[in-house]
Amino acid sequence: MSQVLNIPPIVKETAEPGDQASRRAFLVSAGAAGLCYTAALAYPIYRYLASPEEMESSATAVTEVTLKDAQKIPSGSVLMFKFGTAPAMLIHHEDGRWIALTAVCTHLGCTVQYEPQADRIHCGCHGGVYNAYTGANVSGPPPKPLKLFKVAVNETGVNVSRT
Amino acid sequence: MTSKTASIYDWVDERLGLTELAAFARHKTVPVHAQSFWYYWGGISLFLFLVQCFTGVLLLVYYHPGADAYESVRQITFVMHFGWLIRSAHSWSANLMIFSILVHMFSVYFMKAYRKPREFGWLSGMALLGIASVFGFSGYLLPMDDLSYFATKVGLQIPAAIPWIGPIIGNMLRGGLEVNEFTVQRFFALHVVVLPALFLPLLGFHLWLVQRHGNAMPPAEEAKSILQRKTMPFFPNFLRKDLAMWLIALNILALLSSVFPWSLGKQADMLVPAPQGIHPEWYFMSPFEMLKLLGSFMPGEAGEIAGLLIFTLGIALWVLIPFYDANKASGRRARNAHYFGLIAVFALLATTAIGYWTIR
Repeated sequence: MSQVLNIPPIVKETAEPGDQASRRAFLVSAGAAGLCYTAALAYPIYRYLASPEEMESSATAVTEVTLKDAQKIPSGSVLMFKFGTAPAMLIHHEDGRWIALTAVCTHLGCTVQYEPQADRIHCGCHGGVYNAYTGANVSGPPPKPLKLFKVAVNETGVNVSRT
Repeated sequence: MTSKTASIYDWVDERLGLTELAAFARHKTVPVHAQSFWYYWGGISLFLFLVQCFTGVLLLVYYHPGADAYESVRQITFVMHFGWLIRSAHSWSANLMIFSILVHMFSVYFMKAYRKPREFGWLSGMALLGIASVFGFSGYLLPMDDLSYFATKVGLQIPAAIPWIGPIIGNMLRGGLEVNEFTVQRFFALHVVVLPALFLPLLGFHLWLVQRHGNAMPPAEEAKSILQRKTMPFFPNFLRKDLAMWLIALNILALLSSVFPWSLGKQADMLVPAPQGIHPEWYFMSPFEMLKLLGSFMPGEAGEIAGLLIFTLGIALWVLIPFYDANKASGRRARNAHYFGLIAVFALLATTAIGYWTIR
């Protein structure tokens, strides 16, 4: 309906000092209540969305992994595995040495690849190269070396643990 | 205002016309009278729809349609932190939304707010209610527990009873001869893509019409002279009350969803007999019961077809009421429409009551 006749005028009262104080107190408490209310709504939503992350955090606490029958992999080859939630690699070098390191490029997080011909670790994303014995970043963009794990080979498998 | 903020305001105003908008808001008023309370129900429905969008997207984060549907809902309900609460809020809000849409519809009906020039408001509202009930029906299947499985199986018998094309429609909706993972997958597509794509533009149209024509007044108010009518400014007075209603609705929703969390039944299995006392959602109880009652008078296929016909006719009359009772000069037609409304309310309540009575 468009018949509008009386719009009540906006009344501006001249506030007295006492009014000012109680008004301020009201606004502060209303603001605090609103904030509490919003937090009570936001908290369950945050926890809901963070659930997978919290489930994974128990997996990141892993300190050692036993790879059954991994001692059987031929020399000059690699076994990719998960250490906790992140990819890792176990390299059996031609000279018989066993090396385990994280397989996550320190540049931008791609999974790196062991290249047996060149005997190096190479990242396909931006061409980062690592030393396959020490994990040291040799060339390309990676800022840091790959982390080494401790390796113990026995007749039933290979035990990889944090150093 | 400092000159800095004033110049920013001018910059935006020049491009978006804020001053016009403010002037529009200042002049918009809402009638004040004994029936003003009913004006809030459209807003409450809108709010609950927004809750549905929000909680729906949250559920979408972990839900898997298809064969893993049940397992993913089980995970949401029992593994994810507060997943039970999000799911419960979505289910409760769905029911409250249908309820508030029905209240809104009947208040519009009895205040005769469908009359000229608000016919499109009525028609778009009916379409929104129709889509909302398909939202309800398709969403009910998604957890794929025993209740949702059998409710969907039974519900799809209704379109399947249409002569000639019924079986084709049934199979089309089911994605085969039985309710299975294909059904969940297509109900999911319907629920989260097709229905929102239909609902949102219609809702925009509906709200635009409200802006265009303003709130309708019941006939008793319209009979008064303009000087006798009372109004309140929309901004900020009515908006403030509207938002207060939203807050009340949110509190009721929070209370219901946390104190009465929505349950999850056993995984759907067609080889396990249907649980005792299975029944449709309350808002489908009435049509379900009407069809059942007609079926008992006229057994067999004839009853089914007659039931569908009567039902379709009733809905058609309801939808077309603005063209029968078109304006305040309607007289006898206005009275008839009023009685028709009373009969409809009575029939809905009675059949719902009988429905719940007979499943006990």
